[in-house]
Amino acid sequence: MYVAVKGGEAAIRNAHTLLADRRRGARDVPALTLEQIAEQLALAVDRVMAEGSLYDTGLAALAVKQARGDMIEAIFLLRAYRTTLPRFGYTRTIDTAAMLVERRISATYKDLPGGQLLGPTFDYTHRLLDPELAEDQEPAAPEARAADHEAMPRVSEILAQEGLIEEDGSLPEEREPGDITREPPEFPMQRDLRLQALSRGDEGFLLALGYSTQRGFGRNHPFAGEIRIGEVEVEIDVPELGFPVPLGRIRVTECQMVNQFKGSMKVPPQFTRGYGLVFGQSERKAMAMALCDRALRAGELGEDITAPAQDEEFVISHSDNVQATGFVEHLKLPHYVDFQAELGLVRQMRREYEERRAGAATERREAAE
Amino acid sequence: MTEIAQYNFAYLDEQTKRMIRRAILKAIAIPGYQVPFASREMPMPYGWGTGGVQVTASVIGPDDVLKVIDQGADDTTNAVSIRAFFQKVANVAVTTHTGDATIIQTRHRIPEERLKAGQVLVYQVPIPEPLRFLEPRETETRKMHALEEYGLMHVKLYEDIAQHGHIATTFAYPVKVEGRYVMDPSPTPKFDNPKMHMSAALQLFGAGREKRIYAIPPHTRVESLDFEDHPFEVQRFADPCALCGGTDVYLDEVILDDRGGRMFVCSDTDHCEGRRAEGHRGHLAGEAVGA
Repeated sequence: MYVAVKGGEAAIRNAHTLLADRRRGARDVPALTLEQIAEQLALAVDRVMAEGSLYDTGLAALAVKQARGDMIEAIFLLRAYRTTLPRFGYTRTIDTAAMLVERRISATYKDLPGGQLLGPTFDYTHRLLDPELAEDQEPAAPEARAADHEAMPRVSEILAQEGLIEEDGSLPEEREPGDITREPPEFPMQRDLRLQALSRGDEGFLLALGYSTQRGFGRNHPFAGEIRIGEVEVEIDVPELGFPVPLGRIRVTECQMVNQFKGSMKVPPQFTRGYGLVFGQSERKAMAMALCDRALRAGELGEDITAPAQDEEFVISHSDNVQATGFVEHLKLPHYVDFQAELGLVRQMRREYEERRAGAATERREAAE
Repeated sequence: MTEIAQYNFAYLDEQTKRMIRRAILKAIAIPGYQVPFASREMPMPYGWGTGGVQVTASVIGPDDVLKVIDQGADDTTNAVSIRAFFQKVANVAVTTHTGDATIIQTRHRIPEERLKAGQVLVYQVPIPEPLRFLEPRETETRKMHALEEYGLMHVKLYEDIAQHGHIATTFAYPVKVEGRYVMDPSPTPKFDNPKMHMSAALQLFGAGREKRIYAIPPHTRVESLDFEDHPFEVQRFADPCALCGGTDVYLDEVILDDRGGRMFVCSDTDHCEGRRAEGHRGHLAGEAVGA
């Protein structure tokens, strides 16, 4: 009886053995390979890399497999590994204008230098379940053309030529970009740190917050100035060499949101920006991030802070799904010591309540007599 | 053992330990003050003791003897898991005996046995900010601490008295450390608060998700907040422990059947076992010995 309320090493061991068994599922079904996950569940792998803040498709695929497809668990696995890795240095800023673009769209211009490129998108598909996919049907070969070397300037740069949009944010000379994984956050936050937090923030949380701004809770009149997805070169400065060394290429999704701004006594009316950048292919996340980034600039732009999405401490403190899931799920841990304390108090308060009621009843009876 | 060869002693790399030790030293220098630190992602979830684990990992050495308790017990699942973690990554000796341990990591309890000089008690802390439920913003609460502006807390305690006739906080009962900082003792029952006062042991508090470390150095004043006409009181239990007969201890209620049958037993399992080994017996000891 007494032992029943306690856990034990054997119970934990058995639970984990059962978990491994369930993870594998029916043995007559072939096991998933990491290549299959990386190739055919690529967007799941991308999300795990983005919110796990580690660009490694192989490890992310392993995390997806180990987590039985639970995204947040997979993200957690990747984060817990990432935190053990030594920090050799910081790369140069990636140049998304030099991106090898696979998709690029603008909702603000019908045509523009570099053109519109739909790329591999769910947009305009009819969401009809495809029975053929249940079989191993060979898809048609996609149209391909050689990458042309026409410049593909960012829409924000086109607007900037006329001075219609604010300057791209730049760090003050003396400020090195911060690192939220190496310094405890302090509020109010600098935008570089805020963008880092948003970039690894939970997709669903940012989606809901971005959506809330569209519905009037901190509305910021957004236009999807540009979304581009493709590969960029990552380079690092090696002091001994005196020139940047390429480390490889990563796929990123970038969203430049163009937002209204009335201007002020000091600043003429011009468009403002919200910015989103995430690892892999995730337009939804990049767009939601851009909406949130713009909403969180309310203070800087002299707007009233009235909505949840504009509240930096609220948004950033609750955007990390690894933190959130840990704390929500810790309620599963035993709390019987504290519950006992509350139980004692509730019993005492009920006793006092009954005594008061009994006292009042006696008084009423005496008054009636 | 090859798979753990990639990890440093006690899991954290030395740079991280140095950063955490600096935070701990600062915390000891300013008793009760919450020091921000660059909390790492740990291989267990946030909210499951990552702060305590990081503090323990930073202070533990190969000669230490570690005890881990959750709800006062050494054999609760999460205590078992954390103890196994340190056995694996630090290969340290572990014990369930409070007196034999050099480091005790705990969640929700302080051992009944009086701690000695040289021992370190590491608390797992979920919400380090005692003012958090009165003011949700960190920017505000840090200001309140800086200005020693604790009126809000006293108003809350006063409102309890006005409504219920007594203070209705039973755990995580706020304390004032060395006459300066109001501190959250972590969700220990207020029964344990007096044990923090002038303790000979070093008390360290780690909140991983909230990225804060704070400390009570040995022999430091720790006073539970109260009013002159409503002095602080600890919980009292009507019955002694059903197994060891202990009276001045914190008890867990164990439901025995579906007809209201219940018994009260020590929450501190090591203390209870020690007393029974000394020959103390509660009224149900005979039945439970087999268990």
